[in-house]
Amino acid sequence: MKDNFFYICDEIMKKRNEDEDFILSFSGEKSQYIRFNNAKVRQTGCVDDANLYINFIKNNRSCKFSLSFQGDHSNDLNNVLNCIEMMRNEINNLPKDPYIVRPDSSKSICEINDGNILSRDQVIDSVLPIIQGVDFTGIWASGPIYRGSANSNGQRNWFETNSYSLDYSLITPNEKMVKGTYAGSDWNQEKFNHHFENKKKQCQIMNENSKKISPGNYRTYLAPAAVADLIGMLSWGGISEASIRQGNSALCKMRENDISLSSKLNISEDFRSGLVPRFNSNGEISEKCIELFTNGKLKNTLICSRTAKEYNCNSNFAEDGEYLRTPKLSAGQLKEAEMLSHLNEGLYLSNLHYLNWSDRIGGRITGMTRYACFWVENGKIVSPIENMRFDDSIYNFFGDQLDGISDTVEYIPEVGTYDGRQPGGIMAPGIIIDNFNLTL
Amino acid sequence: MKKNLNKILNEINIKADWIGIREVREITTYRSVRDGNPKANDRHLTHGILIEVLYNGQFGYYGTNKFDSKSIQNAASSALKQAKLASKWSLCSFDKDVRPKSVGKFSSYRENNNEISSDILNDILMKTNESIKVSDKIVSASSFFKIVETDINFVSSSGSEFSQDFLLMSIDFSATAQDGNIIQSRSANGRLAQSYQAGYEVFDEQALLNKAQIVGEQAVELLTAEECPTKKTNLVLAPDQMMLQIHESIGHPLEMDRILGDERNYAGWSFVRLKDFGNLKYGSDLLNVTFDPSLEGEFASYKFDDSGDVAKKEYLIKDGILLRGLGGVESQRRSKIEGVANFRSSSWNRSPIDRMANLNIEPGDSTFDEIIASVEDGVYMESNRSWSIDDYRNKFQFGCEYGKLIENGKLTKTIRNPNYRAISTPFWNSLKMVGNKDTFEYFGTPHCGKGEPNQAIRVGHASPVCFFENIDVFGGA
Repeated sequence: MKDNFFYICDEIMKKRNEDEDFILSFSGEKSQYIRFNNAKVRQTGCVDDANLYINFIKNNRSCKFSLSFQGDHSNDLNNVLNCIEMMRNEINNLPKDPYIVRPDSSKSICEINDGNILSRDQVIDSVLPIIQGVDFTGIWASGPIYRGSANSNGQRNWFETNSYSLDYSLITPNEKMVKGTYAGSDWNQEKFNHHFENKKKQCQIMNENSKKISPGNYRTYLAPAAVADLIGMLSWGGISEASIRQGNSALCKMRENDISLSSKLNISEDFRSGLVPRFNSNGEISEKCIELFTNGKLKNTLICSRTAKEYNCNSNFAEDGEYLRTPKLSAGQLKEAEMLSHLNEGLYLSNLHYLNWSDRIGGRITGMTRYACFWVENGKIVSPIENMRFDDSIYNFFGDQLDGISDTVEYIPEVGTYDGRQPGGIMAPGIIIDNFNLTL
Repeated sequence: MKKNLNKILNEINIKADWIGIREVREITTYRSVRDGNPKANDRHLTHGILIEVLYNGQFGYYGTNKFDSKSIQNAASSALKQAKLASKWSLCSFDKDVRPKSVGKFSSYRENNNEISSDILNDILMKTNESIKVSDKIVSASSFFKIVETDINFVSSSGSEFSQDFLLMSIDFSATAQDGNIIQSRSANGRLAQSYQAGYEVFDEQALLNKAQIVGEQAVELLTAEECPTKKTNLVLAPDQMMLQIHESIGHPLEMDRILGDERNYAGWSFVRLKDFGNLKYGSDLLNVTFDPSLEGEFASYKFDDSGDVAKKEYLIKDGILLRGLGGVESQRRSKIEGVANFRSSSWNRSPIDRMANLNIEPGDSTFDEIIASVEDGVYMESNRSWSIDDYRNKFQFGCEYGKLIENGKLTKTIRNPNYRAISTPFWNSLKMVGNKDTFEYFGTPHCGKGEPNQAIRVGHASPVCFFENIDVFGGA
């Protein structure tokens, strides 16, 4: 894929006119998907997909064209040159754009993580026998993911990783569920078997009768996956500099009223894991770590180069959407093994579901509890709870109600596939909140 | 360029019980302006095929954007191999009857097929952007057009051969107004709700300018509006919020693949069970819900679903009783419950699953004025801005952009940050009045998410104004 992409890039550059600039990017996957229901196969198949994105710049105007990329030199070049001709015909009719991002001149980077994953023919026999005897529902996804960028200044970036993920739910006869995700770049059958045995044991406690919780404020432990969901909300009208400037961010209050979150809170955009490319679709390369919240204060936002031009600030080479690519909430002081005893009495929430801003400017998020959620007394799990709706503000649960953060950070892999498989995930520890507001 | 699918099908050399090929070619054009400057003039072209094979009761698929003979043969062989490997672990064993033979054509409704040039579209966008800026208090104004041209062709070893072409338009305006610490946003009917099957007639400059100006004016109006009260009261919802209400608390819970458990790891299960069909009093006697792929101009009209089943209007809920599920031929076979032709995929790179298409509430008898006049105390809400519901589709909380108090049978003060929360079937059973045809409007969304692997698909929802009793409403932070 890399050679095919760079070949097309080189050919485009040969045919560019002096007053034209190009920024090209590439996204592709060769994926196997197997969908399970009740420990059987519901659907199975493979997808080879790749797209080339062309940003064409001329005379202070720009337009973009993206198209399916086949990996065939002749067809791809023919298709790409047709697109460029269409853009050449259109661009002078477009309005001038004062915030055009020009091609970057920084060095090129290349990172290829080969991985050691199951072949397409091995997956069924490696997974299905192990998951028998329980109501197992979920999705296997595996194969290489590709990202690339190139521009008319000669920059060439490439990222390639070979990975798998098994994202699943175990469901008890009384319809209680436990969530599991087993993901990585090196498949180890023994480790998977061990992981799954542990998950089945977790499922057993869900057979207890559920406690009905009344609406109100509760001392609450949020496990890392639940915390990751809350952090993920910052990608949507949160940490984006453009969102703050345009009055669409939950963090406007932090910027304009100098409000802080809890001094225990440290969140960064941390590329040091190497799980996602450091370059964005403009080819710009981020610092290895960008501190976003330091001791609860908003230290940096995510700023793409277009926003930087518009508001006369410095870009930190975020993607154009200024969303988090590899966020990390730093570990705290509470020992992971003692989180329940520190909680003492209250709620243990393993996962949250369907989050949305209920009042974005107020920083309020609503959502549901889901999966293994429990009532805890005297530092011990007593029973599962019936799912509840919460509606609370980041200025409470990440603010003055944040009691503590565990000393162990977990990696929650990204398993979303709307625009194809995505690399990376969120690093998060568990947290304890003094008062977490349940509403329905 | 359209491929000769029959030639491709005939050249595939594998021993399968059935083979189908679906080709999708789609061009999406985005044009947007923010605060007087161009933000996007983008096009995306995707073109590929999904080869689906049936072997020993199990389907396998392979999606590829390569059309040469060798790649096609490799894709078909791989799809067959996946099906073979999985067949000993199949959840359900199918035969080729779940891919019924269909032949024909469909072309989506449009009045004007003549493309409008990029400079004219940008000019309209710029003008609407100016119209939104009714005041210095507007801190951000956006205007957005999206045009999608989709061609779908299908052939199968059963003799199916059908094609469908769609022209799809989405228009969006939004304004954010600020006065000190008060920030309010307004859009035209909610984000991308103005999504239709239509032609270039939708770019009527004067109509769009008028709409954009109202968006700006109402954003400013909300700055000085009272906060929505917190109380249990009467709630009247406009069609642009009913769209979301139908979608989340009728559409998703009636999807048969959810009821059958396929979605339990992602979108979730459903409070609806197989035994509920024909029995469950889903809503009050006034609730009549249809699956209607035949409504001209609604966003998700079509003739054939991706299994080849022919789509037609069906009542899912009649006089408040649940009758039929949103399940395609595969789900109908599995559940033995009557369904609809809704086995759909988002593109060539995804396998079809049960989806909503056009899911509508049929009009009732009441005029808008009669509904408002009948409310002594209540809240009227327009345009969704926040949505969340549990994985069984019971406990929901929705927020709107714009509201009005209803006092003594009249719309009075504007209110900001209106929200409400309830549980699905009690909510629908509290439906007290349904607006007539004059209040009936249709909207759509390009982004209904579901499935593993994930698929975002287009759906349409049409509804009259509806009145619900005793609902918890509340305001902002």
